Amino acid sequence: MDETVAEFIKRTILKIPMNELITILKAWDFLSENQLQTINFRQRKESLVQHLVRLCEEKHASLNDAALLDIIYTQFHQHQKIWDVFQMSKGPVTVSFRETEENAVWIRIAWGTQYTKPNQYKPTYVVYYSQTPYAFTSSSRLRRNAPLLGQIFETHNSTTPLQERNLGLDINMDSRIIHENIAEKERVQQITQETFGDYPQPRLEFAQYKLETKFKSDLNGSILAEREEPLRCLIKFSSPHLLEALKSLAPAGIADAPLSPLLTCIPNKRMNYFKIRDK
Amino acid sequence: MSVLRPLDKLPSLNTATILLVGTEDALLQQLVDSMLKEDCTSELKVHLAKSLPLPSSVNPPRIDLIVFVVNLHSKYSLQNTEESLHHVDASFFLGKVCFLATGAGRESHCSIHQHTVVKLVHTYQSPLLYCDLEVEGFQATMAQRLVRMLQMCDGHVPGVSALNLLSLLRSSEGPSLEDM
Repeated sequence: MDETVAEFIKRTILKIPMNELITILKAWDFLSENQLQTINFRQRKESLVQHLVRLCEEKHASLNDAALLDIIYTQFHQHQKIWDVFQMSKGPVTVSFRETEENAVWIRIAWGTQYTKPNQYKPTYVVYYSQTPYAFTSSSRLRRNAPLLGQIFETHNSTTPLQERNLGLDINMDSRIIHENIAEKERVQQITQETFGDYPQPRLEFAQYKLETKFKSDLNGSILAEREEPLRCLIKFSSPHLLEALKSLAPAGIADAPLSPLLTCIPNKRMNYFKIRDK
Repeated sequence: MSVLRPLDKLPSLNTATILLVGTEDALLQQLVDSMLKEDCTSELKVHLAKSLPLPSSVNPPRIDLIVFVVNLHSKYSLQNTEESLHHVDASFFLGKVCFLATGAGRESHCSIHQHTVVKLVHTYQSPLLYCDLEVEGFQATMAQRLVRMLQMCDGHVPGVSALNLLSLLRSSEGPSLEDM
């Protein structure tokens, strides 16, 4: 095994907190059960790491295997990074992939130049949701490498078959129940489908609207309605999965369909920070 | 203006029909599923509507009991109920209407004051039931209760009529005259 690969594996394992070590090693699925059983996880981390690196050497770990371990570590610690979104448009690199259950592909890219080999210690991570044209990336070096990113997407195009989703309404077929508003329900379902599509939404955690608009009121003679200056107001929506939550509002009867375009334009405009002013 | 009348149609043999009116679709569906699991001597039929008037008001079904479900967390829910009430004939309020308020358990989420609902219910001289439909245990109990009430309103319990039930269920303490 190359010295650089050994060093890379050693540094990656050192980053992993002890309580996550076994989980991550199992997810990596590179070292065998037998090998894992020979390890004493209670010893000091330094000796533990040395032992693990020796085991990797025995199995002739390659750079790809090491990169995969790095991806898994980053997946577990994704919250420690800040992610930017880039749209795909169309040097030597090291690229590794890992698929997850949410139809997301995690890509790790280590960048090199004409003269140097890829730098494994400053990789870019990209998360690509296969049903959308969007990719989330982490790294400040990206601006330089964006055209290269486009190249990679073209060659490594994922051919995940699109899931067949049951488009029918999930209505209880019990004949003792009569839904008086079935026509309305179907309309809402149709509009929701047209607005959001059939596939899982990209994961977004918040959206922020900065309003600088005049106060509008139905009540005549309301004090605020007579103000000439715009009212400044900040609205923040947050959720573990904001777009799915918005998608479920109308079918749940909490909001009318169609939803306000201010909410539904988020994926389209590729923004989640908005400033709204009167025309 | 299309209005539901209780005696517009002849009762069907051995059938009890309940109409649930409310905006909280998912909760109503669960309540209905629980109700249909109950033992009932007559055949149970459930109509679920978001609001009144019913779209099928050209040929309205016979209804034995109307339950208006108000979600205390949603002003929209209360508004919807108030507007729907205009489409119910006065004779329904002789024991064939009741109100169900959900969400009282989570006080911090309530955007409607309980007093507002109590006043509304008192105006319509009908019983008010409280039940957090989100909690499975409470929901199951309420389902049982509604089925029993339905059977009485439907005339399937000998010796008890909807009007009897109404006088038993109505709270003797309405809001005081000054509050009205």
